[in-house]
Amino acid sequence: MKCVDAFRSREITAPLVEEIARVLTRPVRIMEVCGTHTMSIFRHGIRSLLPEGITLLSGPGCPVCVTPAGHIDAFLAAARLPQVTIATFGDLIRVPGSEGSLAEARAQGARVEIVYSPMDALTLARQQPERTVLFAAIGFETTAPTIAATILQAERLGVDNFLIITALKTMPQALEALLADPELRIDGLLCPGHVSAIIGSDAYQPFAERHRLACAVAGFEPADILAGLLGLIRQISEEQPRVDNCYTRAVSAAGNIKAQRLIDTVFEPVDSEWRGLGPIPGSGLALRDAYQRFDAIKRLSLCVPPAHDPKGCRCGEILKGRLLPPQCSLYGTACTPLRPIGPCMVSNEGTCAAYFRYSGHKGRQDGQTTSFR
Amino acid sequence: MKADAIISLDHGSGGLASQNLISGLFLKYLTSPQLRDLEDCAVLGEYAGRIAFSTDSYVVDPLFFPGGDIGALAVHGTINDLAMRGARPIALSLALIIEEGFPVTDLERIIASVGRCSEQAGVAVVTGDTKVVPRGKADGLFINTTGIGIASHRHDISGKKGLPGDAVILSGTLADHGITIMSRQAGIDIGGDIASDTQPLHRLVGAVLEGDAGLVHVLRDPTRGGLATSLCEIAWASGVSITIEEDRLPIRPAVNTACEMIGLDPLYLANEGKCIILCDQDGAEDILQLIRRLPEGRDAALIGWVGEGSSGRVSLTTRIGGSRLLEPLTGQPLPRIC
Repeated sequence: MKCVDAFRSREITAPLVEEIARVLTRPVRIMEVCGTHTMSIFRHGIRSLLPEGITLLSGPGCPVCVTPAGHIDAFLAAARLPQVTIATFGDLIRVPGSEGSLAEARAQGARVEIVYSPMDALTLARQQPERTVLFAAIGFETTAPTIAATILQAERLGVDNFLIITALKTMPQALEALLADPELRIDGLLCPGHVSAIIGSDAYQPFAERHRLACAVAGFEPADILAGLLGLIRQISEEQPRVDNCYTRAVSAAGNIKAQRLIDTVFEPVDSEWRGLGPIPGSGLALRDAYQRFDAIKRLSLCVPPAHDPKGCRCGEILKGRLLPPQCSLYGTACTPLRPIGPCMVSNEGTCAAYFRYSGHKGRQDGQTTSFR
Repeated sequence: MKADAIISLDHGSGGLASQNLISGLFLKYLTSPQLRDLEDCAVLGEYAGRIAFSTDSYVVDPLFFPGGDIGALAVHGTINDLAMRGARPIALSLALIIEEGFPVTDLERIIASVGRCSEQAGVAVVTGDTKVVPRGKADGLFINTTGIGIASHRHDISGKKGLPGDAVILSGTLADHGITIMSRQAGIDIGGDIASDTQPLHRLVGAVLEGDAGLVHVLRDPTRGGLATSLCEIAWASGVSITIEEDRLPIRPAVNTACEMIGLDPLYLANEGKCIILCDQDGAEDILQLIRRLPEGRDAALIGWVGEGSSGRVSLTTRIGGSRLLEPLTGQPLPRIC
């Protein structure tokens, strides 16, 4: 923790804050893409330190938030089958589908186990040979390599009762779709640290070159985030968009080749539905033909029904950075962390949950998107 | 009893098997004369002061964990609830709901722990009850303890009594119990010196109140929901705001690392042997020095202050100088995906 402490010390962060204020020449709008960035910005009170004129918007980088209700419904349908145990990351269990959540299914008698890694789900399958263990495979390039490795391990061990439903997504395609939206007005992207460790900082070059967008890859400690913001504001002030890698202790230009190969071995790109954003070409990961026997949809004859976002829910616009959570009519009234309606309220990393938890905004506020400070 | 003996429905029937369990196991470790009498209730002595009365149920999973077990929690938890109103605990009840098939050796370990903890705390178990439910109707063992204590007229400690200007003291390190249980549940061996902090606090409270008891306004043990939730409750009840400082919070490095790994916030994890003290700022330094001399409070720290206005608002000044609002815990703490 000593290493981390340095990234949280005021001696390191205060000069960064001063420098940000010095180089800021005009109001800027910056999107942080990753849910862990959103959390960290709130947790360390970073907004309260930034000068007027910097608006931070939260993008579609919370994997729980962008998993569509149809997939949750498929997990729920599987949970209701006899002899099926659902293994899931913790923050998925409260996400509502169109008929309740995995937490509610568990309360009604379904076997739902929280695991910390897909390998734990495989262990569960080996411990319960009489049951089928279905892992809810959600996440981005961050979780995809370990899920791929788990599939390969299950294959090696000949485990027949381990299945997955993949709702995995890839980030560059989603960003591409987002940036093609003419209504999106942003000056810079704070690029996700964990995803970038896998895909490499070069993955953002097209955004800097084609969309003239400032990009900075940043880690999750306060000094990392402030260094990333400083890089972005310098690029914006100098009108020279490029990709700054401010997280070199974890991210290389080419990324983690071994992890990329693992993903490529087990999965292939498919079109994918994002909650709030709709279908995005080539933005999902499906099991390749050689690994179809792990596909729960086929093995258990399930389907992923088309699901509509709840009435009144503005998560789509919030994920695109068009609205701030207090501008949604459900925020803080019908939709709270205890009874979430929209996906952004469910996960700790969701923009609405983070706002509710840390900002003091408890109810609806009308008006345009403004700086939160 | 045999080493592999298990609890059967007969043990809860009230008949001979029940009597054997009581005399052969319970009374071996729980030695108060009132309990040995096996009457329908215990009759306590005469005490001067106001009666404090509290009950709590314990359903922790796992039953045994580094630093303690469900028996220790059941004794300490209820003693601490009494102590948080400034009461001196005098007696406990112990009620068990046991699932059929529960290993007798585990039960004996737990009752031995109850006996040891109550003896060390000087608070006897004076009455009890045992029920056995069919397999599948409970999760191993549930315990309820109820405690009676005596609160002096010299003070009026309550969550409503926080005043602007008060100092906020925390009696020791944060989140030890919560992270121990959650890492065990997750099957993650984090290593390091992670163990539950379960311990009784009535002696620490007694020592603090022995001096100028009027200086102490609020005592609260931040159990479920953690420090953040307890501070929110105090701020609401007292109609004040509270600001704490992140770099003053005592957290063991191993606990911090474990929280980072699992994706949990130590401010929201349970403690089972710590208390928050809101006291007059003039007495704060003396109280802090006094607590630090006690084994229960050696890591105590002054963590913040009570302010005026914005009633119910609790904020944290982060290590980098930022400000963040603290909200009560919503639902269960859930680990993050990545």
